[in-house]
Amino acid sequence: MEATVTITAKDKFLALVEQHEKLPHVVGARKVLSQLDMPNTRMEDWRYTRTGKIGTEDWKMATSKTNPDISSFLIPGLEAKHLVIVDGQYREDLSELKNLVGISIETTTLVNDEQHQYQHFFEALGAALITTRIQVDIAPHVEIKDKLHIIHVTTEHQVLSQPYITIDAGKSSKAHFVESFVSIGEHHAFTNRTLRIQVAENASFTLDKIQSETDAHYLMNEDRIHVAGDGRFTINTLTIDGGWVRNNLHISFGGQNAEANLHGIYLPRKKQHIDNHTLVDHRVPHCNSNELYKGLLNDHATGVFNGKVYVQPNAQKTNAFQSNANILLSDDAQMNTKPELEIYADDVKCSHGTTTGQLDEDALFYLKARGLGEESARRLLTSAFINDVLDKVENDNIRNYVVSQLITRELLIA
Amino acid sequence: MLTIKNLEASIEGKQILKGLNLEIKPGEVHAIMGPNGSGKSTLASVLAGREDYEVTGGSVTFNDQDLLEMPAEERAREGLFLAFQYPVEIPGVSNMNFLKAAVGEIRKHKGLEPLSAKDFLKLVKEKSALVELDGQLANRAVNEGFSGGEKKRNEIFQMAMLEPSLAILDETDSGLDIDALRIVSEGVNALRSPERSFVVITHYQRLLDYIVPDFVHVLYKGKIVKSGTKELALELEERGYDWIKEETAQAGA
Repeated sequence: MEATVTITAKDKFLALVEQHEKLPHVVGARKVLSQLDMPNTRMEDWRYTRTGKIGTEDWKMATSKTNPDISSFLIPGLEAKHLVIVDGQYREDLSELKNLVGISIETTTLVNDEQHQYQHFFEALGAALITTRIQVDIAPHVEIKDKLHIIHVTTEHQVLSQPYITIDAGKSSKAHFVESFVSIGEHHAFTNRTLRIQVAENASFTLDKIQSETDAHYLMNEDRIHVAGDGRFTINTLTIDGGWVRNNLHISFGGQNAEANLHGIYLPRKKQHIDNHTLVDHRVPHCNSNELYKGLLNDHATGVFNGKVYVQPNAQKTNAFQSNANILLSDDAQMNTKPELEIYADDVKCSHGTTTGQLDEDALFYLKARGLGEESARRLLTSAFINDVLDKVENDNIRNYVVSQLITRELLIA
Repeated sequence: MLTIKNLEASIEGKQILKGLNLEIKPGEVHAIMGPNGSGKSTLASVLAGREDYEVTGGSVTFNDQDLLEMPAEERAREGLFLAFQYPVEIPGVSNMNFLKAAVGEIRKHKGLEPLSAKDFLKLVKEKSALVELDGQLANRAVNEGFSGGEKKRNEIFQMAMLEPSLAILDETDSGLDIDALRIVSEGVNALRSPERSFVVITHYQRLLDYIVPDFVHVLYKGKIVKSGTKELALELEERGYDWIKEETAQAGA
């Protein structure tokens, strides 16, 4: 009798890693990769996010060097330098990094992960097979004038992009980065991007992340942020479009008086699935975290929000606030939201709140009774709902850029 | 202007209006009174186009058009205005943006050019003064954190901005102190004109001292059972509704 051999998704990924042993990688990640299972809904952290379809595709490394026109992905009016990654490959020729004072960018730096515990298969995969390695150093005591805009573009069918980016924000530095994820065409793609940021003492670092890919895209972001004492980190995760998006955001504090602000909007429609898993680890006293995520879900879209906040025993005088609110715009949309606060210190201020509902029918009628049509009444309400998150985007050009995309999506009023 | 014939309406299968008749001519002010649960607010909601109510019979003609065929926004654009009993708070939507959108829609419907920003602000200033509404309130979110009196004044302010031909005031006096009642009433009176009609729904004669009606109707068990002039309101204030209920019972028997 012949034995049937089933090639699993994991096997395919392992084979891909093997084929490309010369690509940069982190030694520890390669070792643990085979011991980890593909994420599945039996795992608590993946309960509502299916990864099965990712496994059915035959992913490959970029085979050709395309030259996409990136001008349409630039943010109008924004004074920024841009670093372009196409199909997972850093493209110096498309990037514009001249005269970037106070920032140095390296593409060869190795990563040491001896101490790192890989949480899941994709995280290890992203480190075991790096398609582009970027190390950004921000000089201490410098306020960076230009924004740095990292643009990830995919152009090829079934391409696996695994950029691995590390940013070291030097002591008392101040910088503002933008990261956008876009695609050209309707091809399938899987982008599994790793980002690690060290915010040094008294440094301030802001990241506006704009995700607007197409329905055939899978986007995995693994963000690990460490904020030292007196440091400040702000991230706005703006998920405008994308078939499957999972954002893992881990923030930990290393010293007192540090602050983290994490805000996000997600607006899935059709059969899109958007998942935000956040973790804020208060390990030391006197730190603040403010978290606000809002979702508008339409059609058959599904969303997940899981917000963990740990307040460790010695993290006294912690202020940790978390809020997640969702509006389901259709009867078939679904949202799974779960705040998880674990507080082991007794002198802290912590709060969390989560709501999921529909557009307020009374408010809709009120607007219509004043002459507003159904569509504009709805848009006025959806705009109002997400405006407080959009207001967190401090730069006018970036906010206007996002707003213009939302107007195109018919979610905001012009 | 408005002709209601044998109007029947129900909510969640329960019939509230049971054959209501009313005729309103341009410039007239009609007060509708009646005990709790008689159908006063249902009438206001049905006329404004709230979809929770099902019209099961009768007709409503507004300026020679079938009102019941129109969605709520169409009714508003055609000149019908409902001052809500409970104005809705809409966090995040500024009063100004909301009014700009509403005025814009109504002007568009009338075939008028949109107002310039300057003219719009001028109009806001002029009309908000009518109800002594603080300019700050105009900039805040719609009704959010407004006191009961401020909400009602905001309703009349909106009415002044939108210049309807028929305004329905649904218990606009509820929750108002004497000063607010005076301000709201003066605002309404300033808007009275030979072309503009009002339906004033109220529990209390008090409001009718300020807004003097041409006709007073008593709504009871989903029908208008008695109509008269302003003296009827005074009589109701004095005698209550029991005699009306008895009269109706006898007429039915």
